Amino acid sequence: MKPLTVTGLRYFPRRRQTLPGFSLSLGLTLLWTGLLVVLPLTALLLRPWQHGIGPMLHALHDARMYAALRVSFICAFLAVLIDLPIGLLLAWTLVRYRPPGHRAVDALIDLPFAIPTAVTGIALATLYGPGGWIGAPAGKLGLKLAFSPAGIVIALTFIGLPFIVRSVEPVLRSFPKDVEEAAFLLGASGWQRFCRILLPALAPPLLSGAGLAFARGIGEYGSVIFIAGNQPFHSEVTPLLIVMRLQEFNYDGATSIALILLVTALLCLVAVSHLRRSVSSGLVREDSA
Amino acid sequence: MSITLEAFTQYAPRSSRKLLDNIALTVEDRAFVALVGPSGAGKTTLLRAIAGLSSHSEGTLLIDGLPIHDRPVQDRGIGFVFQNYALFRHMTVARNIAFGLDVLPRARRPDRAAIQRRVTELLDLIQLPHLAKAYPDQLSGGQRQRVALARALATGPRLLLLDEPFGALDPLVRRDIRRWLRDLHDRMNLTTILVTHDHEEAMDVADTLVVMQEGRIVQAAEASTLNAAPQTPFVMEFLGETLKFQGTVRSGQFVPDNPDIAPFPFEGPDGNATAFIRPHDVFLLPGAGQASVEKRPHFSNGLFRYQIVTAEAAFEMITPTDLSPQEMQNVRVDISRGKIFYPAAASEDPPKPA
Repeated sequence: MKPLTVTGLRYFPRRRQTLPGFSLSLGLTLLWTGLLVVLPLTALLLRPWQHGIGPMLHALHDARMYAALRVSFICAFLAVLIDLPIGLLLAWTLVRYRPPGHRAVDALIDLPFAIPTAVTGIALATLYGPGGWIGAPAGKLGLKLAFSPAGIVIALTFIGLPFIVRSVEPVLRSFPKDVEEAAFLLGASGWQRFCRILLPALAPPLLSGAGLAFARGIGEYGSVIFIAGNQPFHSEVTPLLIVMRLQEFNYDGATSIALILLVTALLCLVAVSHLRRSVSSGLVREDSA
Repeated sequence: MSITLEAFTQYAPRSSRKLLDNIALTVEDRAFVALVGPSGAGKTTLLRAIAGLSSHSEGTLLIDGLPIHDRPVQDRGIGFVFQNYALFRHMTVARNIAFGLDVLPRARRPDRAAIQRRVTELLDLIQLPHLAKAYPDQLSGGQRQRVALARALATGPRLLLLDEPFGALDPLVRRDIRRWLRDLHDRMNLTTILVTHDHEEAMDVADTLVVMQEGRIVQAAEASTLNAAPQTPFVMEFLGETLKFQGTVRSGQFVPDNPDIAPFPFEGPDGNATAFIRPHDVFLLPGAGQASVEKRPHFSNGLFRYQIVTAEAAFEMITPTDLSPQEMQNVRVDISRGKIFYPAAASEDPPKPA
């Protein structure tokens, strides 16, 4: 199209947007993302280097920090592994069988999201503690659940479960019935239908749920500290260590741990999304993947 | 493969509402049968019952003389094509087609190379050899349709069940696939049952049409029989454009209420009746009455469409002749090729063609 010339200015007719208010909404989006997400993260990235490379390197040579990171990551990973089958089973039961009282169960699933983490922590510590309903019999069997890494895994399993259920449930619900029937009529057994037809379709939501639960697990503080025992090098989680460093006025130490957490969390997200793409071949159109 | 249904009734889950009501149907080996009827008539329900996909039923359903659930799914030899194809989205076209073979127990499963050969063979058959590695989402509707068919054929079924297989396709592709399917049916000695709501499609491809209405079979016959002797007004109306004329049967004659329509001889009990007729069976008797005729815009296939205006009503007819202006004045309408039906209470009586 030939541009119109209006008193020396080249005037291009503006392309019409389908929806009004594009520039306003884009501006607001950028502003909020900038203020709420990018700015704090940038501060976190820059802050550890404030006193130069030396203090940072010193802070990074902290065996206790590495032990805490190891505890956090291993426990979060184990918790997600436990959550995956349980969450899938829960979603399956809610969607397919609709047992009596499924509405109540449905509401209960979101509870770990809703109740304050400290409340969760106290409840779990009471239940699994040496005198608790589960802790006492387990103790007799020689299992020390609370005040050990096992306690951390228990707390993180509790926290992570809704992520799995809620990401799988809608996909399972909308899974076309005729696809399963087609597999049935082609001679696939129940187990074959589950493994070859259903599970591949559920893999992407399972992975995103797992990614979210894992990320939450690494950062979980309130529900963990009551049940963990918090022994350095043994059952001390990373977020707790950050709090302790802050209480010691060791800001370099705190921010360097935070930096490591940030970077690893980012790497985890990248890995999950990469994995997700590789399991969703055919499920997502290439241009939108 | 032959199918026999006797007094087959199916209920809606958790209710006593009948989805299929007392169905009796026999499908001979190598027959091509179309289940036709308006939506909600129970066509798909019947097809799914034959496939063994339904519960809550009573009565007899025999496949080759045996109740369907007596045989494991893999030995039934039934291929089913779903209305929305139901392809496995996470598998390539080749894996989709191979699925029925992949899930066979190890002892009966062909080796990898044999499965590969079978897939290639079927891809050639559906004329999509280049799409083996594509995913279903990358295919067009017609291509998905054919992949679904190939998947159903992979295990070598002898009974092919198709649920509205042409529903989502454009008319040209529809006709092609229809012909191709008929050819396939003849070549592979299949028994085929197809569900469709399009009577023309059914007449084009099937040997026998089973007309269904509200969960019952109204009439099952060849297309020519259905045309010549429809059992009920519903069958007549469902199978094509229909004109209706109220009238009375009186001493061996059908006398239409409309004076511009000529009475014609009809043997039957006296009483109120309705004549049903196709627009192309209507003839004009020039100079015999008061009705006038107007030419309608050109109608396809070399036929002409005329609007007949009588004192009481106006309707359209179709004829291959181009009427002259003289022939269009003062006409009387001849509907003696129509079918007479008595009102609902008597409609169960055997048909009485005029």
